[in-house]
Amino acid sequence: MYSFIKKYTETMQDQNIYPIFSLLVFVAFFIAVLWYVKVLDNKQVDKIKNLPLEQ
Amino acid sequence: MQVESFQYDNKTVRNFAIATIIWGVVGMTVGLWIALQLVFPTVLNLQPYFNFGRIRPLHTNAVIFAFVGNAMFMGVYYSLQRLLKARMFSDVLSKIHFWGWQLIIVAAAITLPLGISTAKEYAELEWPIDIAITLIWVVFGFNMFATIIKRRERHLYVAVWFYIATFVTVAVLHLVNSFELPVTLFKSYSWYAGVQDALVQWWYGHNAVAFFLTTPFLGLMYYFLPKAANRPVFSYKLSIIHFWALIFLYIWAGPHHLLYTALPNWAQSLGIVFSFMLIFPSWGGMINGLLTLRGAWDKVREDVILKFMVVAVTAYGMATFEGPMLSLKSINAVAHFSDWIIAHVHIGGLGWNGMLTFGILYWLIPRIYRTELYSKKLANIHFWLATLGILFYAIPMYWAGWQQVSMWKQFTESGQLKYQFLETVTYMAPFYAMRALGGALYLTGAIVGMVNFFKTISKGNLLANEDAQAPALEKTYTKHAGEHWHRWIERKPTPFLLLSLVVILIGGLVELVPTFLVKSNIPTISSVKPYTPLELQGRDIYTREGCYTCHSQMIRPFRSETERYGEYSKAGEFVYDHPFQWGSKRTGPDLAREGAGNLKKSNTWHYNHLEEPNAISTGSVMPSYSFLIDANLDTASTPLKINAMRTLGVPYAADYAHKANQDLMTQAQGISDNLKKDGIKVAPNKEIIALIAYLQRLGTDITKK
Repeated sequence: MYSFIKKYTETMQDQNIYPIFSLLVFVAFFIAVLWYVKVLDNKQVDKIKNLPLEQ
Repeated sequence: MQVESFQYDNKTVRNFAIATIIWGVVGMTVGLWIALQLVFPTVLNLQPYFNFGRIRPLHTNAVIFAFVGNAMFMGVYYSLQRLLKARMFSDVLSKIHFWGWQLIIVAAAITLPLGISTAKEYAELEWPIDIAITLIWVVFGFNMFATIIKRRERHLYVAVWFYIATFVTVAVLHLVNSFELPVTLFKSYSWYAGVQDALVQWWYGHNAVAFFLTTPFLGLMYYFLPKAANRPVFSYKLSIIHFWALIFLYIWAGPHHLLYTALPNWAQSLGIVFSFMLIFPSWGGMINGLLTLRGAWDKVREDVILKFMVVAVTAYGMATFEGPMLSLKSINAVAHFSDWIIAHVHIGGLGWNGMLTFGILYWLIPRIYRTELYSKKLANIHFWLATLGILFYAIPMYWAGWQQVSMWKQFTESGQLKYQFLETVTYMAPFYAMRALGGALYLTGAIVGMVNFFKTISKGNLLANEDAQAPALEKTYTKHAGEHWHRWIERKPTPFLLLSLVVILIGGLVELVPTFLVKSNIPTISSVKPYTPLELQGRDIYTREGCYTCHSQMIRPFRSETERYGEYSKAGEFVYDHPFQWGSKRTGPDLAREGAGNLKKSNTWHYNHLEEPNAISTGSVMPSYSFLIDANLDTASTPLKINAMRTLGVPYAADYAHKANQDLMTQAQGISDNLKKDGIKVAPNKEIIALIAYLQRLGTDITKK
């Protein structure tokens, strides 16, 4: 398996795939984070937000 | 639920606080010393142990790992316990962590002046210390994680996220970058060579900035700024975006340290794009910090702690605006290798890390010592000295950087380079003096702070174990109505740790793996051959003396560089360089082709120049290396070194280790005889001969047919 990957990557020419792949991964990840933040429960957020002020 | 009584451990916090104060002053003093060495090079370079090349790494390691490192642990041990409502898991582990870390610092302080160095920036410590760092880091991580497991607060506040990401990522960075082959107890070779070593090193170097100097301090900001301002963070949701976007993006940014170099172009482009995008989460964090003070700006006028913190967050904003800009190719082409970068990193170091650390210390020490601060007036004096110090440091360096680069790049009307390199060095003298003044102001402030802290400590009583109460955590979690499934991530630390690990690994893997596997990324050059044994020994002297702290070995494809230094550097030229020595700063000229073309000098020139640089190049700031004339070359290590290189894939013949010293002596005798013709009598077994051999070899391979 490793030798197959090695052989393939050693000879690959089109390296544009790396930036494109990277950008897609980031966009997907960022959308997921935005969605996650959007659906957070505000009451819970207020509670967590005040944790440093509790003693 | 039953309320449980327990105690917070303040003693470990106190220990780290004191270590922060002391190591901070030590690290900054060494910084001032090296700044002054550039002003008074002949007086302040005390060879061999205290030459610039050996103590500049001492300065960087001391401020990063001793000052900022201890400050980080101080803040983490204080805030983690309170955010989790639990004492640290184990007092013994806390103790091992504290003393282990201090021993590592002492080991660094001893070995670096002795020239025991891997010559990889910010990772100079040799392999036994690297192992110790790994063990102590695991102790810290285990202690932190076990505390998280036994916590009494279900939800992990965002500061704790930053601490977890710091632990995981620093572990990965340290392990990958420190992969080295021990040759002797105090000498190792980087497992990687040339381009690959450079990529790994700057992937590490940049992310040491990200995950040692930034993420833990953002965690501290999210805890201590609300504490000091007595109001919650402006937007918790923004802090969540800040966290995930930052840790995802930062890890890709390393290649911006290698723009226009022999690093494959696609890797450079990835570094640029992700570095540029970093501005968004970074500024999101800065704005979040500053807006936490909304409605409290009147307090900032009165409260010295908030003053320190506001300057810190502002400096964070400045440095993280400048960073992405510096990653753009056109700006990087100007700024890289110049003193501009020194200004940039000190906005981060003195401004962000330093000011936040002092703000936290002023908040924390009176609290754990149950007393008032000894003197608010002194604290204000400290604040102003530090703020002015930053300005006096940074402004001359920005100016110097611009001047330096414009002089490097200027041509006359007839197409000749307008300035000799040495002219650009002598031009820097007043700027270096002003920078030293800035550093002295900042250090004076730190000493005033130290007096204030110790006076406060002496009039107070340490509350070593602070009583606290909190309900125990319910064994089973009851979801509240309408709760989304994804909330688990805030409650479950282990999957959180794994998710952070995956997030930071994506960038690293996408950049590193192809550089190692795709052959076309590093085209081989048939005329590039392994170093001769004498050159190899000479190279080890070059790395030992930290020559890379002032000299690059990387000619970028600009006319101003190819005219000055010769043909631009190719990836295939560095395949036997364990470690790479491209450098990051040109206080002196590039040396990639020091032995070739117009730059080639006689052995006598090198001998005289190493003995007394100023006598050959008037106005040079290079230290004298006359001790190399008397120092005997350790030829006993030659077979070990050849064998180590063979293990790393350098194609010496199988039985060459035994014959290597014969070749070494033949070549050394040749140089010694050559020097003799000019009336210089030096035995062939002296270190200076090996260093000359190495310098004469530099850049010659591609000129051979």
